[in-house]
Amino acid sequence: MERVPRRAPGQAEHGHARVSVLRRGWRAVTWYVTGVLGESDYQRYVAHLRRVHPDAPVPTVGEYWRERYAALDVDPGARCC
Amino acid sequence: MRSPEHVELVRTDPDLPPVAVIDRRPMTTGKKLVFAAIGLLAAIAWALVAFVRGESVNGAYFVVAAVGTYVIAYRFYARLIEYKVVRPRDDRATPGEQYENGRDFAPTDRRVLFGHHFAAIAGAGPLVGPVLAAQMGYLPGTLWIIIGAVLAGCVQDYLVLWLSTRRRGRSLGQMIRDEMGTIGGAAGLVGVFVIMIIILAVLALVVVNALAESPWGVFSVGMTIPIALFMGVYLRYLRPGRVSEVSVIGVVLLVLAIVAGGWVADTPWGAETFTLEPVTVAWLIVGYGFLASVLPVWLLLAPRDYLSTFMKVGTIVLLAVGVIIAQPAVQAPAVSSFAIEGNGPAFAGSLFPFLFITIACGALSGFHALISSGTSPKLVQKESQLRLIGYGGMLTESFVAIMALVTAISIDQHLYFTMNAPGTLTGGEPGSAADYVNGLGLAGPPVTGEEIQAAADSVGEESIISRTGGAPTLAFGMSQILGSFLGGASLQAFWYHFAIMFEALFILTTVDAGTRVARFMLSDTLGNLGGPLKKFRDPSWRVGAWICSIVVCGLWGAILLMGVTDPLGGINTLFPLFGIANQLLAAMALAVVTVVVVKKGYVRWAWIPAVPLVWDLAVTMTASFQKIFSPEPSLGYWAQHAAFRDARAAGETSFGTAADPAAMDAVIRNTFIQGTLSIVFAVLVLVVALVALWVCVKAVRAGGLPTTEEPDAPSSTFAPSGLVSTDAEKEVAAQWSAYHDEHPDRLSTGTHA
Repeated sequence: MERVPRRAPGQAEHGHARVSVLRRGWRAVTWYVTGVLGESDYQRYVAHLRRVHPDAPVPTVGEYWRERYAALDVDPGARCC
Repeated sequence: MRSPEHVELVRTDPDLPPVAVIDRRPMTTGKKLVFAAIGLLAAIAWALVAFVRGESVNGAYFVVAAVGTYVIAYRFYARLIEYKVVRPRDDRATPGEQYENGRDFAPTDRRVLFGHHFAAIAGAGPLVGPVLAAQMGYLPGTLWIIIGAVLAGCVQDYLVLWLSTRRRGRSLGQMIRDEMGTIGGAAGLVGVFVIMIIILAVLALVVVNALAESPWGVFSVGMTIPIALFMGVYLRYLRPGRVSEVSVIGVVLLVLAIVAGGWVADTPWGAETFTLEPVTVAWLIVGYGFLASVLPVWLLLAPRDYLSTFMKVGTIVLLAVGVIIAQPAVQAPAVSSFAIEGNGPAFAGSLFPFLFITIACGALSGFHALISSGTSPKLVQKESQLRLIGYGGMLTESFVAIMALVTAISIDQHLYFTMNAPGTLTGGEPGSAADYVNGLGLAGPPVTGEEIQAAADSVGEESIISRTGGAPTLAFGMSQILGSFLGGASLQAFWYHFAIMFEALFILTTVDAGTRVARFMLSDTLGNLGGPLKKFRDPSWRVGAWICSIVVCGLWGAILLMGVTDPLGGINTLFPLFGIANQLLAAMALAVVTVVVVKKGYVRWAWIPAVPLVWDLAVTMTASFQKIFSPEPSLGYWAQHAAFRDARAAGETSFGTAADPAAMDAVIRNTFIQGTLSIVFAVLVLVVALVALWVCVKAVRAGGLPTTEEPDAPSSTFAPSGLVSTDAEKEVAAQWSAYHDEHPDRLSTGTHA
């Protein structure tokens, strides 16, 4: 359930504990930043299509973002003061 | 797992692992001790803030008092609201799960959604209001920011989020219509639109006051437009989808633009080109708002939003770290004479109600109800996470407001009033400004004209006199705090313009998104009128988009220009209108929440939204009443209007702070518009409040009424509730991991990496 990236198996046992902690930290940061900025939305959309509509064509990254911004053109979403 | 007999696991499908954990375990002794210690620490910090006087009050006490109170409120009061009102049911699918389409309906990790939601609610509001309210001393503002957030602001955000989540993510306007009928709904819709216009105008006025006569600021803020255009093109044609990459590039360019602003302002041509009159800056911002509303989102709006999100989090962290490391000594009194006599130069009016009007965002902000309904409800995974997103998100915003307050009260009092009194009082020259502030009877040694000029020089500005609006004051305070441990005096000018830049960035992001949203509200409303206007419904009809954009920009642009040219000083007449508008929106949101709580039959707990509602109505109605009926010209719009009209009729050519007949006419016109707006706001909200009361009475008599809540749909995913998973949640999560390993075809995007 937890979406925090998992450590590759066996890394800690090889004596790279510190490297592995750093790598996990970095992965957690990128996971979080790409999530908040919406960068990982494309992967999420593709995963959704594969799961629910396996026959539907999968858009490229460029196509996905064009559609996404076109939708935002109509409904930009408010920003607070 | 500890005492599993108190943990209930709920299943919706016997073949699936549990979808909800109902945890009734009492707190462990260790946890009780931790909360007792936090409570004690907060109480000590409160005592220090409230009773220690003079320069020994340390800015860090405020941080401890605030954070301690937030922890206790989140753990206990928010939990009470959860148990008694929200009653989350995690076996019920949220809109995100039920209507998942991978786009706007998409279950999102709670921590990511928290970041999303916070970025959407936080802006310049919590930074500006507390700075202005600092004229009343530090104690009233501190009390209202913390207590107001805990009992009012967070409650509103949390409960509106709950309402909208149970209604497929419907907007506030729709929910008012659904729950309170067409009259309440129409008043709500018009109210939201008018309030939005005034908010856009006043926020734009803050930017104008920060940028006028500041070549450095104009250059660096102006550069954000080409930077955003570059980012937009980069994302569309060069590297689509690389949002964080382009944001990092954008932030680097932004910092370069701030540094370059200093060089440009130092050259004669730069100073000449970029030193702009306030009216010119105002026209440029109106033009920018129009362009942002008609240009495609990918080109300007979306990239600016990325920049803004990055800067928002970065500067808030920087400010918090700055206050904790520098621990500035507080210069302001606990309660100033302006709080009691109501004759403060930054804004007129006494503590009640005007403190609660001035600090809107940060304690209770109606605008958040627009954000909490709509986007976030479509992204949440579980109803039990709403407490973290709604209540927790607003607590974080309150924390930002406390930081802004600490920054403002650690500025030398004479300099604070030099910056925040309108030009008609300070005279605009160092000598006259020094005379004016020395006559205010402030604590501390008197200031000289040379010292005022030296303060301006230290931040690389021509002048700091009458730079009203809050943004320059906050930037000045931040430059002192950050300069005290990062780079010293040499970097102070950089930090000042850094702060100006991010405030302008936040506000312009609100202005461009807000203009676009208001444009769609207008075209929707026109389209629904039917007949030949039906065409407005089509969002791709360019002519309609242009007409609506011109109307919206024209409306807020007119109010902005009115504020910029106001002989009485724009901020002190318009900011109360902004605060009243925002608080009235909160009244509408709390009214609909109270109606739903009563309809659902939770009358015993209706006080949870009703207490902030009644308080908010008392504040806004008193403020509106005084603004409309006060015989004191500095306070009442109509009294001012009558005074100037009489003087004009008597043939006088100058009156008060208006030096010529044209200025007198301007005051007559402005006060008429401001007075009319006050009446419109108050009437609209009274209509909503009365309809709410009527529906509540009906519901109590009938012993509850049906609401427009969507029917239940069983959930088939699991997600933890709080920021950190409990041991019980981890066990269920492990069951789901095992289940997904066995059935990879049933993998759900919202619940797995």
